[in-house]
Amino acid sequence: MRDLRLALRAGGGFGLGLAFFLIMTVMVPLSVGPQPDLLASIAPGVLWLGALLACLLSLDRLLALDWEDGSLDLLATAPLPLESTVTIKALAHWITTGLPLVLAAPVLGVLLNLPLAGFKWVVISLLLGTPALSVIGTFGAALTVGLKRGGLLMSLLVMPLYMPTLIFGAEVARRGAIGMDVQTPLLMLAGISAASIALLPFASAAVLRINLR
Amino acid sequence: MSIWEYANPKKFITTTERVLPVLWAAAALCIGGGLIWGFFFTGDEVRQGSTVKIIYLHVPAAMLAINTWVMMLVTSLVWLVRRHHVSALAARAAAPVGLVMTLIALATGAIWGQPMWGTWWVWDPRLTSFLILFLFYLGYIALWEAIDDPDTAADLTSFLCLVGSVFALLSRYAVNFWNQGLHQGASIMRAEAVIGTDTQEKVSNIFFYPLLLCIIGFVLLFVALVFYRTGTEIRARRIKALMARERVEA
Repeated sequence: MRDLRLALRAGGGFGLGLAFFLIMTVMVPLSVGPQPDLLASIAPGVLWLGALLACLLSLDRLLALDWEDGSLDLLATAPLPLESTVTIKALAHWITTGLPLVLAAPVLGVLLNLPLAGFKWVVISLLLGTPALSVIGTFGAALTVGLKRGGLLMSLLVMPLYMPTLIFGAEVARRGAIGMDVQTPLLMLAGISAASIALLPFASAAVLRINLR
Repeated sequence: MSIWEYANPKKFITTTERVLPVLWAAAALCIGGGLIWGFFFTGDEVRQGSTVKIIYLHVPAAMLAINTWVMMLVTSLVWLVRRHHVSALAARAAAPVGLVMTLIALATGAIWGQPMWGTWWVWDPRLTSFLILFLFYLGYIALWEAIDDPDTAADLTSFLCLVGSVFALLSRYAVNFWNQGLHQGASIMRAEAVIGTDTQEKVSNIFFYPLLLCIIGFVLLFVALVFYRTGTEIRARRIKALMARERVEA
């Protein structure tokens, strides 16, 4: 499994999501104007949206490469259950995409004039939320893996599934930034992540088996 | 006599074809009757004036928009467990109907909201979750259209429906939490309203009976549409099979 992770890292996707995140946050002040107050109030939401889109964009490489060269068939027949393979895939995606986004978020927060109290909560909420994004995205990637141009369709399928995570995650960051109590959305976010990680790999594996049939 | 007999496509088609004219007629009668009754034979509401009459379209459409997804969930489960093709096709047939119902509910809501709330759209939980539901329908239909092999498509969309149901429900509560609403609560099916202890929030009887007629009409219309569209899907698939056979023989 370790070589699988290495293979993904060598795939060249490592920095791309991060670069997209950076560009996205640079574009926001350019489009809404540079007023510090306005930026401070939308910063948590923009950071969350940017992280979500960066995750989304890197998803289609997640399974498509293995599908094309046939190694997915091998993985499906391997002694390791497909459920754990899918989980590892999602984990690899999170390590290559989610984790760098979490680490980059505070830096970009400076660009967006994020209030000082917000930094901690943006990082915590992203840390809790991005695993869910990876796992949900893996399900979407598994659904569309057999399609020639599945990228756009996958976005359409995955985006609605991302909504609860986005709502609670951005809410944690927003409340944290203005110094409100964050406990409820934080617990909900953690719950969504935990449940997705526990249950969705089964759905993803089932869907992959159908696609490999 | 069991419901599984209708999993046989032939039996399904012959039966539904016998029932369909009755269904169409009953649906037309109920909706027509309900609308005419509602529009011309009930007075205007005290505060809302005649705009209140849009509930005869809004409420049934909204109820069906949600229940269509539930029906798709059930038929998807039946397909995954018992592999009845009619079931999968019924889910496929129902999805566009649900999409249109969602659209009707959103559009009539906007038309009513403009004079009453002073805005076409607010990010109210109910409105937002309906918009999310609309996106779920779009994704579901797009996935059906994108996959060539019918069995694979049925499997994948069923899984999407299952997972989507969980997330749709989550979204419903998430948006509730995210923003407090402007939309009134459910005022027809509430327990107090049914018992009649709560006179404040209940839809008054004058409006309720034509509304009930409209709801029944919409349900009948939905059933008729789904039967009709499922029959079409079955025939389309049969034609495809026949053409494939001819090509092999030729």
